[in-house]
Amino acid sequence: MTSLLNIFWLGLKEMRSLLSDWVMILFVAYAFTLAIYVQATGTSSEVNNASIAFVDEDGSALSGELMNAFYPPRFQAPQRIAAALVDDAMDKGRFMFVVVVPPFFEKDLRAGRHPDVQLNIDATAMQQAGIGANYIKNIISERISSILGRTDQPQSGPMDLVILKMFNPNGVSSWFISVVAIINQITLLTVVLCGAAVIREREHGTLEHLLVMPLTPFEIAMAKVWANSAVILLATGVSLLLIVHMALKVPFAGSVALWFLGVVLYLFFATALGIFLGTISRSMAQFALLIILVILSLMLLSGGNTPVESQPQWLQYITFFLPSRHFVSFSQVIIYRGGGFAAVWPQFLMVSAIGLAFFVYSLAIFRKSIAVTK
Amino acid sequence: MASFHSRDSSSAASAKPVVAIAEVSHLYGRLVALDAISLEIPRGLMVGIIGPDGVGKSTLMALIAGSKKLQQGRMTVLDGDIADLRHRRRVCPQIAYMPQGLGKNLYLELSVHDNVDFMARLFGLSAAERSLRVRELLAATGLDPFPDRPAGKLSGGMKQKVGLCGALVHDPDLLVLDEPTTGVDPLSRRQFWTLIDDIRASRPGMSVVISTSYMDEAQRWDWIVAMDGGRVLATGTPAELMEQTGSTDLEQAFIALLPAEKRRGHTRLTIPPRVAGSSEIAIDAKGLTRRFGSFTAVDQVTLAIERGEIFGFLGSNGCGKSTTMKMLTGLLPPTAGSATLFGQSVAAGSLEVRKNLGYMTQSFSLYGELTVRQNLVLDARLYHIPPEKAARRIAELVEKFGLGPYLDSLAEELPMGLRQRLSLAVAVLHEPEMLILDEPTSGVDPVARDSFWELLIDLSRRQGVTIFVTTHFMNEGMRCDRISLMNAGKILACDAPQKLIASRGAESLEEAFIGYMEDAIAEETAGGENRGPEPVRAGPQNPPPLQRQASEPAGLWLPLARLMAYSNNETRQILRDPVRLAFAFLGSALLMLVFGFGITTDIQNIRFASLDLDRSPESRAYLEQFAGSAPYFIPFAPLVSSREAMARLQADEISLVIEIPPGFGRNLRRGSRPEVMAQVDGAMTFRGETVAQYVQGVHNTLLRDPASGLQTGVQKYRANFQERYLYNPTFESIYSMVPSVPALLLVLIPAILMTVSIVREKELGSIINFYVTPTGRLEYLLGKQLPYIAIGMLNFFILVAISLVVFGVPIKGSFLMLTLCTLLYVTATTGIGMVTSTFTGSQVAAVFVTAILTIVPTIQFSGLLQPVSTLEGNARLVGMIWPTTYYMHSSVGAYTKGIGPSLMVQDLVFLACCIPLLWAVSLIGLRKQEK
Repeated sequence: MTSLLNIFWLGLKEMRSLLSDWVMILFVAYAFTLAIYVQATGTSSEVNNASIAFVDEDGSALSGELMNAFYPPRFQAPQRIAAALVDDAMDKGRFMFVVVVPPFFEKDLRAGRHPDVQLNIDATAMQQAGIGANYIKNIISERISSILGRTDQPQSGPMDLVILKMFNPNGVSSWFISVVAIINQITLLTVVLCGAAVIREREHGTLEHLLVMPLTPFEIAMAKVWANSAVILLATGVSLLLIVHMALKVPFAGSVALWFLGVVLYLFFATALGIFLGTISRSMAQFALLIILVILSLMLLSGGNTPVESQPQWLQYITFFLPSRHFVSFSQVIIYRGGGFAAVWPQFLMVSAIGLAFFVYSLAIFRKSIAVTK
Repeated sequence: MASFHSRDSSSAASAKPVVAIAEVSHLYGRLVALDAISLEIPRGLMVGIIGPDGVGKSTLMALIAGSKKLQQGRMTVLDGDIADLRHRRRVCPQIAYMPQGLGKNLYLELSVHDNVDFMARLFGLSAAERSLRVRELLAATGLDPFPDRPAGKLSGGMKQKVGLCGALVHDPDLLVLDEPTTGVDPLSRRQFWTLIDDIRASRPGMSVVISTSYMDEAQRWDWIVAMDGGRVLATGTPAELMEQTGSTDLEQAFIALLPAEKRRGHTRLTIPPRVAGSSEIAIDAKGLTRRFGSFTAVDQVTLAIERGEIFGFLGSNGCGKSTTMKMLTGLLPPTAGSATLFGQSVAAGSLEVRKNLGYMTQSFSLYGELTVRQNLVLDARLYHIPPEKAARRIAELVEKFGLGPYLDSLAEELPMGLRQRLSLAVAVLHEPEMLILDEPTSGVDPVARDSFWELLIDLSRRQGVTIFVTTHFMNEGMRCDRISLMNAGKILACDAPQKLIASRGAESLEEAFIGYMEDAIAEETAGGENRGPEPVRAGPQNPPPLQRQASEPAGLWLPLARLMAYSNNETRQILRDPVRLAFAFLGSALLMLVFGFGITTDIQNIRFASLDLDRSPESRAYLEQFAGSAPYFIPFAPLVSSREAMARLQADEISLVIEIPPGFGRNLRRGSRPEVMAQVDGAMTFRGETVAQYVQGVHNTLLRDPASGLQTGVQKYRANFQERYLYNPTFESIYSMVPSVPALLLVLIPAILMTVSIVREKELGSIINFYVTPTGRLEYLLGKQLPYIAIGMLNFFILVAISLVVFGVPIKGSFLMLTLCTLLYVTATTGIGMVTSTFTGSQVAAVFVTAILTIVPTIQFSGLLQPVSTLEGNARLVGMIWPTTYYMHSSVGAYTKGIGPSLMVQDLVFLACCIPLLWAVSLIGLRKQEK
């Protein structure tokens, strides 16, 4: 009981300190609203505004028609270039795609032959190159058969393939990116806030003061955990409502309460990590350098940018110990797929276990860290 | 009562004043540090500026030294206007400045020799002059036995001596010393003043201006300026000031000079004798020892303190006082020995013991962002004092400690003396039986100090509270019942102050302390150990005046030498800072591996399950095509119902379901076009899109493959596509990721290191060396930049090696051109760090601002994720001016496209143009004086 009261009063103090820092509050507000909106709407893994050029060696009506088939927003208006310039233009990065239509293209087609269309792809643009090339092939094939076959129904095989994109039927990338952006902000800000609070208290000597009072390191750390978590949780809630729900209109398939339970568990991990990093670094500057490495690794390997199953197998074994990976995973299950507790409890368990490990270890070295400062 | 212009009474002031100040004011925001001061400081004297902390002494000193920018008024230093840049440049080799704070302008990682040598280089001494001069100075200050010891590992007194060597290296005419002996042990302090006297004896024309908060020190100086609240109270010789106020020492004279409202309520402190009787031992320490690595901070400390006693712990900064306290309070476990409070062990961390303990840390240890009331209430709550009782107790303390008018002000806005009283109020709120106070009065003015002591005496004598207090003020030591003298981790003596003085036959406590220290050193040197400060060897080793070359060497030589001095200095610092060194090299390697292995857009191993509701030969033939297309598709256990399909998709067990409707085979044979349904997990949009295309691809292949048995003849009007995946024929993301990541890392890491190196100097204070030496701004910036360019290049080679060895991605194009391009690129990226350093004040802000400013445009607009040719509007514009875009082109080109040097020329030209621009911005942003 006394312990709970201590945690409560200390946490309240933590909250007051946080609220008195206007710059930080503004930054948190920005990070959870505008920054997420910009990121969700600005970047896209879809093919957008792709640069394309044609080398038209046929000069027929058909080849002209093919060029007209490419238009914004997916493609820029195609440019016509000479065959000799293809390599140079690609080397300079002027175009992502260059389509070469061979001589006698229309004539060969009408004669029932299958002439080759050369499609040059800048394969260093990984995200767009593969998808874009498929679009181009489909567009050209459809155009050819609709113009020459004088029918709008492209003749395909003896059966139809219906592809349904589950959980995001139109493949709107802002649905996914907005949630990953929130996850990244939670990771970054919680760790920074909590770690900086520990170091600031140590540098100002207030931590020593607390440790001499009848308080345990557990109470001091727990107060930081709940106060910082509460602030970030509130920001997450606001962000989910204003940006994800209202501005971006992302449907929430599963239980909001279940997701927030997961967020709370993750916040426990992130605050514990913050306390851990704050405890092991000797100064604010060291903390700042350390955090860049840690946070970037946590974000990049979480599966929020590229899928986890694309990582090499040995790396997947390592990233299994990253709570950020499980956070991204259970967020997808709950938010898009509408999965229930039965589907996410292993991830919940893993996040809590790792959080607990950091928390316990930080407590163990808490007192020692006092000796390091001076 | 204050009399300015008392210089007619001063004997040596015949010449023009060395510093003439007229109506100088200085503000920090709304805070007035100097309030229209007018003052003339006579030449050739030892002048003391006295007053407590925060009265404007340091500001005045920094203005005189030209380190701070003059805001209002006029100031003539060495016969010229100090606000005039040309005059400053001319006279700065004649002024030496030592800022406040032990070793404030030293580079703590550098050795004693390197620190002094660095200053000598900045003042343009030749190599021969330097080595001679540095050796002489180190010998004169007794530092010669340890020229290679890092400055950070020296005691406070020794740091100050190194600082003094650095100040004297160029034979100044005006020596400005800001609190040079605060926190220094008495022996070192005495040595320091002997040294100054010797130097003055050999250079009689030199003027020395010193500030101090130890009033007793100033007693023997030639001329005194007493300051308070940003104003000059009085000037004159010490004798004049004492006569004027009718007092016997300077501290009393100072109090008498204070304005009436500050003196109100001040009475001479009297200490009632302690009532003997209670002899219960409150604090009992036996053989307390604490080692940090090989360094023994506290060595065999044994103490027994009685209940109700005021026990003083006297010693310099870093002598082990605070470490001893931390062990007594249970903050730090001792390496050996034990401590008990009221018979209970503190090591066990018992909460009961701590309830009886009040503690004040050395610095102000309350929450500055909370109000006075909130601080008190928080403490009451944490000690679980019932609310009514707490309210009563708080009201009582507020009354007694005079905090009433400030209840709702933020603690950080209180003046120093009030803060200390608040700290004490918080420490005694729960009525502890014991108070442990770590330097509670440092920086507090004499009046506030006396009123603070009145509170302590009241607690001790009336309430029987045991008080354990550390201090480095001798006169505070005199107020304690008993004191122990501590030096270098050892207790030298422990008794009542009068007895200590008497037993050594000394005149004062200071003298007694020095006596004990000398004994201890003699003992140690006899034992062969060399730890304490060395005694000063006077006489022939005094540094002779420097034989200056008649004329300054002309041309570029001097600026270049200073530039190299800074490069040299920076290189040594970073080599001795393991954290920055690790960040510089391991950081980039780690991130390279994380990006290279972790970020891959290759979609493989798609987990799929089939839902075959037909079970005909045709449906099996169709599904086999998927099962056989490893590594893209991995079959999982087949499904039996749509419901199961949904459940397994939801749980992310599978990401693709191929559903064959009933009657598929029959309909196919009849030619009535059956539908196959593919459900793709689209939660992650990029993956969903790619999987959908793969499915379509497999489907198409199947229809064309005669072996599948589903083929239906060739389609009419069909063109074949010949795809050329240029630069990356296998279309694996590693070939595009590995060449682009260096572009990101070579902006992130060099920029952060560069900005930290400059902001760190601002934060720690060593930038003052740049303010007060003839170093030009460009020399400073370039000097600091060179080592980071070198680090950037080393990083580049490491990354190239990792690409080749770990990822198997070699450079196909011209390695030489790429190296050249990298050189320009890291020069530009360190330049970006330079620019961010001009507007960030703390290292943390510098790191985060630089990280965000470099990562965001690099990821979004430089072609890392999206080709620049597909960007629009502002994004395109940012992409066009961001240097990474150009380097990315060259890097990706050189690795994958094997493009020739000619195509890199455009990138080279752009990067080369960025560099002078970034220099120019940094030059404009870098101040040559503090604001």
